[in-house]
Amino acid sequence: MSGPVVLTGRGLVGGIAEGEALVTREAVSGWGGVEPRRGRIIESRHELVGQSFAGKVLVFPGAKGSSGWSGMFHMSRLMGSAPAAMVFTTMNTKIALGVVVTHVPAVTDLDRDPFAVIRTGDWLRVDADRGQVIVTPRSR
Amino acid sequence: MRLTDGERAMLDGADGEAVAAAMDLLVRYGEVLGAERLVDTDNVCGANLFGSRHSLVCGSPTPDAAFSEHSLDAPRVLTIPPVRAQSYQLIGPMDTKHWQVQGLPQAEHDEIVASEKYSADHGIHLMNTCTPYQVGNVPVRGEHCAWMESSAVVYVNSVLGARTNVEGRESTGAAMLTGKIPYWGLHLEENRHGTHLVEVTTPVQSNRDWGLLGYWIGEQVQEEGIPVLDGITTTPDLVRLKHFGAAAASSGGVELYHVPGITAEARSVEEAFAGAAPRVRLRYGPDERRAAYERLNGTATDTSVDLVMIGCPHATLGQIRDVVRLLEGRRVHPDSELWVFTPRALRHIAEQNGYAQALEDAGAVLMSDTCPAIGQFLPKGTRVIATDSAKQVHYLPAIMNVQGWFGTLAECVDAAVTGTWQGVQP
Repeated sequence: MSGPVVLTGRGLVGGIAEGEALVTREAVSGWGGVEPRRGRIIESRHELVGQSFAGKVLVFPGAKGSSGWSGMFHMSRLMGSAPAAMVFTTMNTKIALGVVVTHVPAVTDLDRDPFAVIRTGDWLRVDADRGQVIVTPRSR
Repeated sequence: MRLTDGERAMLDGADGEAVAAAMDLLVRYGEVLGAERLVDTDNVCGANLFGSRHSLVCGSPTPDAAFSEHSLDAPRVLTIPPVRAQSYQLIGPMDTKHWQVQGLPQAEHDEIVASEKYSADHGIHLMNTCTPYQVGNVPVRGEHCAWMESSAVVYVNSVLGARTNVEGRESTGAAMLTGKIPYWGLHLEENRHGTHLVEVTTPVQSNRDWGLLGYWIGEQVQEEGIPVLDGITTTPDLVRLKHFGAAAASSGGVELYHVPGITAEARSVEEAFAGAAPRVRLRYGPDERRAAYERLNGTATDTSVDLVMIGCPHATLGQIRDVVRLLEGRRVHPDSELWVFTPRALRHIAEQNGYAQALEDAGAVLMSDTCPAIGQFLPKGTRVIATDSAKQVHYLPAIMNVQGWFGTLAECVDAAVTGTWQGVQP
């Protein structure tokens, strides 16, 4: 078992949150791709289809699809099924507005490729005030 | 982010708490984007019609509560003033004429009607369509807009040369109250040049051809890229570009494309790339078209069709007329439904023209204001749908847990008449 790894980037929405990582290299569709009541991915061809991000740290490239992206994640917050934090790599208006209205810590522009470092199930501490993601690998 | 004195005053509450909350949202959003400033806009398309799905989670049943939460991300319920910018309601949850066909309860109907009245009272134009450019909101080249609805954004950016990013409900709500939006992304000239050169080596002519091409390009380009189409030999019309853009904005995040010689900002391939070399070169031929077709039909196995949906994005009068002609002397199968969706304004014209009656006589319904994906409704017991829209067949199976067939308008009308899908791969 290895020790924690620290990735540093740009913190977007302030705050600190911890949770299990849910990692995908595929961008996530919000409206039509997410069911907000349980925070489940429903896009039929997405590799995470059927899985929930509720309470987890979603590590993903970013947002794709409909302009309803922010509205869907906004709704997941109101329904208590939002991710604990978001770590992503590609900025666009959908993800920017999405992280703002989800009110969870979010970090991007990391100094290392998060997909090379973080695996689903790793424990993450996202400190958006300092722009840090601290990765504690799950015992394998 | 740098604010002007006027913007700073709005943020500080000079125009009231709701405008301050709107400015606060724009500042938070702009700073995440890394925008240096805001830009003025007097053309905002958003989505502020709310039913129980939205009001139940607000903690207060008033329309002000829904707007404060869902349209502004405000910290508490505020009194919302009339909008400042010219503001337009996009597609919404309900057809005010055929709401019973949707299966909506009276209480839900009443709540959405009240929400419409609230929007109208605040000066939001009730266009109720995903295609504002069909019914009078036709921005000009270079006009800074703040639009939601990815299919409309890609249309006005590309075909008309307007400038908007894909905005969301909260940013358009804030733009309506302030007349401002972050100056970022596609508002800047230097971000509007081509990145991907798509060499089209197979004829692209019909609506289906354009939908397939768009769907394939979206998958290739994903979120980062402005495709430039080379090899288009037949000038497309509004319907084809509407289908193309909607498809490309569904499978990927295409917000702008260029068809040199046809769309607004590029007379040649060189101009589309502003003299630079394409970052990526792609080729679209018969194999790619087949792959897109198979992907779009990947959710369906049963050939018994319960619903045929036409009008995603909302149908033009021409499409409605085509459906009427294809139905001539035929009737929709007793086990199927045929629903055609259009903007409310065009439904009125279709009524004047007799198209609505002709559809009704054939057992079809001409609906407006909404669609099955936005409103989340289907005929009771629906397991299989068919549509001529790549976008609708991309979304509806995921949202409503049904199988979906994609094909031509003629194949779709045949499916409604026979109750059976008999589409043929191109």
